[in-house]
Amino acid sequence: MYKIANFMKMQSKRGGVNLLSAETVNQALIISLEGELDLHTAPPFRQCIDSYLAKNAVLKDLILRMDKTRFIDSSGLGVILGRYKLIQQRGGKLIFVACNPQVQRILKLSGMQKIAYFADSVKEALSLSTGRSNDGR
Amino acid sequence: MMDVKNWVRLEFPSESVNVLFARTAVAVFASQLDLTLEEIEDIKVAVSEAVSNCVIHAYRNTYGKIILECKYTQNELEISIEDFGCGIPDIVQAAEAGYTTIPEERMGLGLVFMHELMDHVNITSEVGKGTKVVMTKKSPQCRG
Repeated sequence: MYKIANFMKMQSKRGGVNLLSAETVNQALIISLEGELDLHTAPPFRQCIDSYLAKNAVLKDLILRMDKTRFIDSSGLGVILGRYKLIQQRGGKLIFVACNPQVQRILKLSGMQKIAYFADSVKEALSLSTGRSNDGR
Repeated sequence: MMDVKNWVRLEFPSESVNVLFARTAVAVFASQLDLTLEEIEDIKVAVSEAVSNCVIHAYRNTYGKIILECKYTQNELEISIEDFGCGIPDIVQAAEAGYTTIPEERMGLGLVFMHELMDHVNITSEVGKGTKVVMTKKSPQCRG
């Protein structure tokens, strides 16, 4: 079991289909997204991640828990790519956890598997986290 | 389109929250056909891309009208999404993977996804007048 250092929940104001929660573990920021990630729900998602990254210079890796993410389109992918660029500057990794088959398919279509890692659990994602593994991707 | 069995026409403003409404409405309508869950999900992504384009590009975050029409025959589902916004100067360039007018936050994949996930996509656009996207998905009876 990993230690939760920080925990927060955010709810988008309109079209309240999304519940975001964030945790930090060592150098990793873990975001859980329950609902659908599209043009409307991407801004609170972006704000949540950016505020964590701005406040914590130590954070390098972004772990996205996708087990409750029912939908993603190119607006959602664009925001994830933007966050990837931020953590890339810190030498961090982007790790997706437990994507459903449809979300996985869209991620593949976008070419996300070329830049990101995929894990079945948060535990596995943390083992891939920077400092623990160095396979040079 | 011959022998339309059912159709629906929706009109709504270019609010980003309506992207969810549009794809959900189309998914419910499309479920009248014998499509797989994966095909329904593909249609949802394609509709989400087309309506998002109206909100972001056609009206550039001002308010405008979007008309969504769906109909199906024995053979296929046709979805049409029309706006009366700025129009696309160069459709060929807009359809290229990675082409975007907003590079910071967007991957330039909206049109790529539409082409990838639907059987046929036709875009007509006139600068200053608007854009119409017509996409079709073949129903299972018609698949070889």
